[in-house]
Amino acid sequence: MNALRNVRRWWSAFTQRFYENPNLRYVATALVLGLVAIVPFFYDPASGFIDASTTALAYVVMALGLNIVVGFAGLLDLGYVAFYALGALTMGWLGSAFAYGAGNGKGIHIGVSSAISHIPGIHANFLIVLVAAAIVCAVAGMLIGLPTLRLRGDYIAIVTLAFGEIVYRFALNGDQIKFGNQALTNGSQGITPVDKLDLPFLAPFQSLNLRPWYWTALAMAMLTLLVNARLRESRLGRAWIAIREDEVAAASMGVPLVKTKLMAYATGAAFGGMAGAFLGSYLNTVNADQFQFAFSIFVLSMVILGGLGSIWGVALGAVVLTFVNRYLIPNVLNDKAQSWFNFDLTQLSFSIFGFLLVIMMLIRPEGLLPERRRKMELTEGVGVGETELIEVRA
Amino acid sequence: MAGVYEAQNITKAFGGLVAVDDVSFEIPEGSIVSIIGPNGAGKTTFFNILTGLYKPTSGRLIFDGRDITRKRPDQITALGVARTFQNIRLFGTMTATENVMVGQHARMKAGLFGSIIRPPWVNKEEDAVAEKAHELLDYVGLHRRLHDLISVELSYGDQRRIEVARALASNPKLLLLDEPTAGMNPNESERFREFMQMVRGDRGLTILLIEHDMKVVMGVSERITVLDHGEKVAEGEPQEVRENPRVIEAYLGKQAA
Repeated sequence: MNALRNVRRWWSAFTQRFYENPNLRYVATALVLGLVAIVPFFYDPASGFIDASTTALAYVVMALGLNIVVGFAGLLDLGYVAFYALGALTMGWLGSAFAYGAGNGKGIHIGVSSAISHIPGIHANFLIVLVAAAIVCAVAGMLIGLPTLRLRGDYIAIVTLAFGEIVYRFALNGDQIKFGNQALTNGSQGITPVDKLDLPFLAPFQSLNLRPWYWTALAMAMLTLLVNARLRESRLGRAWIAIREDEVAAASMGVPLVKTKLMAYATGAAFGGMAGAFLGSYLNTVNADQFQFAFSIFVLSMVILGGLGSIWGVALGAVVLTFVNRYLIPNVLNDKAQSWFNFDLTQLSFSIFGFLLVIMMLIRPEGLLPERRRKMELTEGVGVGETELIEVRA
Repeated sequence: MAGVYEAQNITKAFGGLVAVDDVSFEIPEGSIVSIIGPNGAGKTTFFNILTGLYKPTSGRLIFDGRDITRKRPDQITALGVARTFQNIRLFGTMTATENVMVGQHARMKAGLFGSIIRPPWVNKEEDAVAEKAHELLDYVGLHRRLHDLISVELSYGDQRRIEVARALASNPKLLLLDEPTAGMNPNESERFREFMQMVRGDRGLTILLIEHDMKVVMGVSERITVLDHGEKVAEGEPQEVRENPRVIEAYLGKQAA
């Protein structure tokens, strides 16, 4: 317990400086962004580290999307994987040979390079797919929002959980659902290969040079950060937080509950869809097994670990959990488990996440980098009793 | 004086319990009127009906010549009815200023894309709304150095002030105050009474008050409506109501009358 307490103290003291000093915060932000931007130059273009980092950045986009729904508006969404699925499927439909019958077998090509313009199926430029995925998910987000509007708290969680499961089942059994000869999805076989990203003014991306993928994911993550930050300090963002704090008071102050909640669902879902479209292309497969319930919990854990409602916290939470998942569990912890107990620890990843969350709730319930308001609420509110409690325990 | 808000034959039943029974009631424009009654008389239920949080089982609500019976709370607020709550309901993790900014929601235009892209008019709107929030907080007497503190950290009295500022932020024609002096000492109550009269004068408001504190009610109201067991038992000027045997009965029991 002593070691934990020291870590906790050290981290509190370390982060406190950034909360107090805006200049330090700007310098740190610039430094972090600069470092993150040049990271790929220090690694082999096809290295596992860049691969993990690219995935982490895509997860940052997703976690920030979920943060709008759960962190800002306070609507506990346990079916967020649905938007990953719909985004990735949009990529699969609009960017692979999957719809092989399209255009009478010749394929439909919109704004793609000559390298793939002879392949059948629908092939749209990634930017078009991105917009399409955002729209599909925003609409789906509102659809799941509708039945939850009259519900509160835990009941919202149950409905969204069911929605996530429905989308997963559709993705899994979509190979049996046919429109003419065209199946809806390719089930757990997966739609593969998926078109590589092909952005204007850049050479088409390749699977052995991960740097452009990384920078694209970074650009998406930065954009999402900016959108989150602007939304939080806006009329809409304040309305979301007002609903989170007190629905009745919010409605009485002129905030239309239905419209404002649906906006939160739609906006959050759109980011999930965009990240999904990117991952569909990056992983080169759109496979139903990616869309299981556990993934919703994975993204939710990022949000909670980082600090509900805190933009930088959630981004940090996403990066930390991705690396825990990619390195700490399989490489570090699993080595010991294998050699000492002859036991595959990766089977237990989710128990480890659960364990991490329990530890977090005990030592820093407000998250790694809490939202300033929530931090005050938690630390000021329970501060005195808490230290005493820990003294007694230690 | 014309009635700015009219409630016609309002009944509200929760299952078998009739909380408000056929109450008709009119608020003259520019007046300060009160609803009083013993605990459980249906005052707060009636208040919630007036602000759209509950839908009446039967009856009609007319505000400013418009039928608002089926309107949502936020629509009613947008039309010009604002309220405070009996047990303070501020947005706890927001600063005092942000709370008052939320109060201006219905008077703002920025939507999703406006908030993201931030064209100059949105920035201008944000600045104006923040400026107005500070002015309102000054007006209700919250010290400048408290404006940007998280609202739960402030004292009870300051939180009450913020609630009033938040309600005023939507530029209401009618302000509904649900037991605003609850928990205040006589001195503070007296100051709040003066404050209500000042607000009415400055802003041309109409005020409806629910109150337990008889001194405040009698001192400030031009008309008083008394509810008991969901029914209107008396209505009139403070002096009349005070002497009405049914009111005394409702408050003190039959023996005393």
